[in-house]
Amino acid sequence: MSRARPRIGSAVVMTLYLLFLMLPIYWLTNMSLKTNAEILSTFTLWPNDLTFANYRTILTDPSWYMGYVNSLIYVVMNTVISIAAALPAAYAFSRYRFLGDKHLFFWLLTNRMAPPAVFALPFFQLYSSVGLFDTHIAVALAHCLFNVPLAVWILEGFMRGVPKEIDETAYIDGYSFGRFFLRIFMPLIASGIGVAAFFCFMFSWVELLLSRTLTSVDAKPIAATMTRTVSASGLDWGVLAAAGVLTILPGALVIWFVRNYIAKGFALGRV
Amino acid sequence: MNDKTVNQKAWLLVLPVLALVAFSAVIPLMTVVNYSVQDTFGNNQFFPAGLEWFEELLASDRMWNALGRQVAFSAIILAIEVPLGVFIALNMPKRGAWASVCLVLMSLPLLIPWNVVGTIWQIFGRVDIGLLGATLAELGIDYNYTQDFYAAWATVIVMDVWHWTSLVALLGYAGLQSIPDAYYQAAKIDQASRWAVFRYIELPKMSGVLMIAILLRFMDSFMIYTEPFVVTGGGPGNDTTFLSIDLVKMALGQFDLGPAAAFSLMYFLVILLVSWVFYTVMTTMDAREGRK
Repeated sequence: MSRARPRIGSAVVMTLYLLFLMLPIYWLTNMSLKTNAEILSTFTLWPNDLTFANYRTILTDPSWYMGYVNSLIYVVMNTVISIAAALPAAYAFSRYRFLGDKHLFFWLLTNRMAPPAVFALPFFQLYSSVGLFDTHIAVALAHCLFNVPLAVWILEGFMRGVPKEIDETAYIDGYSFGRFFLRIFMPLIASGIGVAAFFCFMFSWVELLLSRTLTSVDAKPIAATMTRTVSASGLDWGVLAAAGVLTILPGALVIWFVRNYIAKGFALGRV
Repeated sequence: MNDKTVNQKAWLLVLPVLALVAFSAVIPLMTVVNYSVQDTFGNNQFFPAGLEWFEELLASDRMWNALGRQVAFSAIILAIEVPLGVFIALNMPKRGAWASVCLVLMSLPLLIPWNVVGTIWQIFGRVDIGLLGATLAELGIDYNYTQDFYAAWATVIVMDVWHWTSLVALLGYAGLQSIPDAYYQAAKIDQASRWAVFRYIELPKMSGVLMIAILLRFMDSFMIYTEPFVVTGGGPGNDTTFLSIDLVKMALGQFDLGPAAAFSLMYFLVILLVSWVFYTVMTTMDAREGRK
């Protein structure tokens, strides 16, 4: 049997699947380039009256574009905090056996499993009482709830792949722990750090419930800004669609940079 | 991997994570436990209520109905996404530029903020301005996800399949990548059928990552909130009010702290129990593989 036939079958399957994935996104992009009059009056597969006015609205109005800035600030803060805290812990889990290590590991994972809805109200009270309500750091810390366990899990998988002899050789050569970790160990697991950072970024970026509960004005994320505008200003479909498209872009950029590592990150099964 | 040395000082390395997670998990959780056994008439005056809330909730239809809908939803999306994801993974190109394109495009839905996913489908499904809704209406199908029970469920399920099947597919794909070519060559020499190759080579190699995929999809679908909330708002009536939606309604909408807290705890325990079973199965499977 020739190998050509199954290949064609695969290509058809993949094309259909990608088409299914892209159709809603295409429709959103299509709408973002139309005027509201066109959206509501006629049904067109392609914008007849191509306009960038919706994007201009967003990019010139601070109450819109500050949403993106806020989101990016707390996502980056969260990624840095998560990775910085997770690195030594993952090292400990991958190298040493200590009292209660297995229970501790599972306990960390349970936080990844906790429904954000359970934590929304207590978080609101906790951060209000310590005066962190409506700050970027509050959202960044709240997202640590699920991102730190995740980062530990991913990094531990990568660190297990580094032979222990390397640590021992470095100590014999007189490296201190800190210097060894920064100069030798971290470069070795650079791709692991990249994958972990990618997933932290992703989960912090897509989360809405906690970030909406913990902010009101100063740190309001773009996702929440969108929800408000839908209900307040009626149905400005064009601007809504344009805002949606703009939230997809950062994710698409990040994916593009890590595309070669995604498969490896998934291969470790540590998502 | 049994060459780990015993070192209690490793606790120092874990300490930052411990402090961070304790601050963002243990303290809030204690607050929840605290509320669940108290009653209040407002003004921050609390008095103990014992297990009253738990008993009340266990006797009420509200929670059981939400739980029933939640279980049905999770079961349906798992039954669709896992086989479909495996099927897609088997059909993905192995290498080359086309493989990169597939990877990037497939990951795209995973990185869209959840309420935007909801918005996309809300627009897509509208009969007046949405491609899907308009097409269905053109075909003469009576489709309106804000009023019809079946349409609402179909929309929410198709949306979840759209959003998350790629995750299962990417995990399965990673599992497939780890199979050496020699296995396939051996199968060819034995003249194994396509099904035999799948059943005895590909499926066992994928089983580990698939367990993780199922675990993740179970957890996340059980916590789903934003997407159905944006699309259907829990309606029509209460038809798509899943556990998280009901909980947020109770806690932040009606501010019924006691019942909401009791609800949270039971909700969390269900997830914890199922996840623990999965996790145990996973680690034993891991250990078995390690010994081979």
